[in-house]
Amino acid sequence: MADKDILSGEHFIHGDAACAEGGIAAGCRFFAGYPITPATEIAERMARRLPEVGGVYIQMEDEIGSMAAILGASWGGVKSMTSTSGPGFSLMMENVGLGMMTETPCVVVNVQRGGPSTGLPTLVGQADVMQARWGSHGDYGCIALAPSSPQECFDLTVQAFNLSEIYRQPVFVMSDEVVGHMTEKVVIPKREELKVVARVSPSQSPRDYLPFETTGRMPAPMAVVGQGYHVHVTGLTHDERGYPDITADVQERNVRHLVDKIRKNADKIIQVDGVGLDDAQVVVVAYGCASRVGRQAVEDLIKRGHKVGLLRLVTLWPFPSNLIRSLAGRVKAFIVPEINYGQMAYEVERTAQGKAETVLMALMGGSIHTPEEIADAAGEYI
Amino acid sequence: MKVRLRDLKPFDLQAADEIIQKDHGLHPDDKYLKPGRIPHIWCAGCGLGVVLTCFIESIRRKGIPVDECAVVSGIGCTGRVAGYLDMDSYHTTHGRAIPFATGLALAKPDLNVTVFSGDGDLFAIGGNHLIHAARRNVNLKVICVNNFNFGMTGGQVAPTTPLEAKTSTTPLGNAEPGFNLPHVAHAAGAIYVARWTTFHPRQLVHSISQAFDKKGFTFIEVIAPCPTGYGRPNKLGAGLDEMRYYREMSEVRNGADPSDVEIRLRGKIVVGTFVDTVRPDFMENYAGMVVARAKAKLKGKEKGRSA
Repeated sequence: MADKDILSGEHFIHGDAACAEGGIAAGCRFFAGYPITPATEIAERMARRLPEVGGVYIQMEDEIGSMAAILGASWGGVKSMTSTSGPGFSLMMENVGLGMMTETPCVVVNVQRGGPSTGLPTLVGQADVMQARWGSHGDYGCIALAPSSPQECFDLTVQAFNLSEIYRQPVFVMSDEVVGHMTEKVVIPKREELKVVARVSPSQSPRDYLPFETTGRMPAPMAVVGQGYHVHVTGLTHDERGYPDITADVQERNVRHLVDKIRKNADKIIQVDGVGLDDAQVVVVAYGCASRVGRQAVEDLIKRGHKVGLLRLVTLWPFPSNLIRSLAGRVKAFIVPEINYGQMAYEVERTAQGKAETVLMALMGGSIHTPEEIADAAGEYI
Repeated sequence: MKVRLRDLKPFDLQAADEIIQKDHGLHPDDKYLKPGRIPHIWCAGCGLGVVLTCFIESIRRKGIPVDECAVVSGIGCTGRVAGYLDMDSYHTTHGRAIPFATGLALAKPDLNVTVFSGDGDLFAIGGNHLIHAARRNVNLKVICVNNFNFGMTGGQVAPTTPLEAKTSTTPLGNAEPGFNLPHVAHAAGAIYVARWTTFHPRQLVHSISQAFDKKGFTFIEVIAPCPTGYGRPNKLGAGLDEMRYYREMSEVRNGADPSDVEIRLRGKIVVGTFVDTVRPDFMENYAGMVVARAKAKLKGKEKGRSA
């Protein structure tokens, strides 16, 4: 059955299926979820595939339980994931915080739809990107990846697992309905070509082991259940041993570590994709399905001889502030097409620091931009 | 952006070690407790120490290595139990101990996973998770310490507070009847259901030991005094008085119909082992059906290919 875990070869599948395959290829062997449109296909694929590879699928009673269960499974020593969409993502947020505080690796795929509330269950949205960053209470570092094709749904889910193991925290894959339901060719690489980060177990004796060490840039290796380390895992402010210690001093170390492990490694984590950025006068900043339209608009304009660029955010968080800042010094404007009323556009505007104009092309959900709209908006600056 | 930070006080391993070694090992049960975590935070007269001791006693009696055990707690006074036991222990979010433990138990099916939490945690915010875990028959031991109120937040009404009882949020008396916990657990599908008070430590140890022998969802309710939160407004006296009350008012009725064991304010408390049955647990069903079928399907495909 071992050969069933990485289905190397070419497939014609949708983004949701590719997310599931990415998870399995990355070593995910536990999935807990609750049906929600448009993410349900991930759960359905997992329900069929996990028993084939020796994993467990469970449909929980709600998203709160799903998120709690994948944290539990992760401490059980198994790579775990869940998938959801807007309202479910909201329900998961308290336990996302638990995952951040307890430094528990796992992956949450959010196939975004139009919100708020029940909103547009079957139609696209991109309005959860700020929730991914700030959704749970308190401070923590965030890693969120935004696929723009089924191929990337596979690749970025694998990467999300790797990043969650390296930085020991929940990592988000912020897909959207268009990408999730889009069917394209997906190439699943051969086993030896696939980079999968295995979970590291501590090598120290239980006496010397500090499961929540804060001095290094990276979190300590994770001692899961049954390894004899008797780790106490708590959502309370805790010292390096994991013992609750509710004081301002310990909070200072604990929270700073949760934020800094991402902030200090941001350059290593950030991924962007660019078209024509070197001499662009206007840059379209987009992610997910909107970046595909953005690319079309930019390529059309370049063909017509204009100096236009595309900056596609592969990681939404950490945000490539330095790159935006340096671009801001030499471009006239950033055009930000996104399917919300201004979320990442604010981040672009904030980091551009007034050196370039930021144009938000907002859609409230349910439809995508046309290349012509984006080209028109960019055209005003060239 | 300019950021100004306070100087960090580094973690002092030596100081932590000293606290850990101080007074540890003086008591025979200390090897079951995380060093440096005692004294605990519970009030004088609280029943949680008794329940914790009974849990340790049954692990000792069963001879189960602590490396094969894990405890998961939610939030509240009982939620702190996880932090004291020297084993892999998980202090999770309010009400979510059971789903967390479900993930843990399914990831490591041979582990003895005990959910140790309060009535408010398990039956108010966590009620939905409890009934579904019981329905699925996830291999979990649930010890619910029932003190009839939300203790840690200062004695508010809970889903177990009896009708007419006074709490800080029902100062004129509770207008709602409380849950009959064994009845709920039984109806949802628990394979073992028992209730004892902290006046019954021997019986409680026996029940927890029995639960260690069962594979599936077992539920033990322990009625515990809360002189601070519940005893005071209801004039039940100090901790010792509440224990006397349990001695006088409890009635052992093993095998009693769980629908018959509701607790009323100043009424009788029926205790005993009410349900002890057998049915396949989640993993048994999952491995026996889903995984077996997936394997058979794969084999069939391979055969088809070679033919």
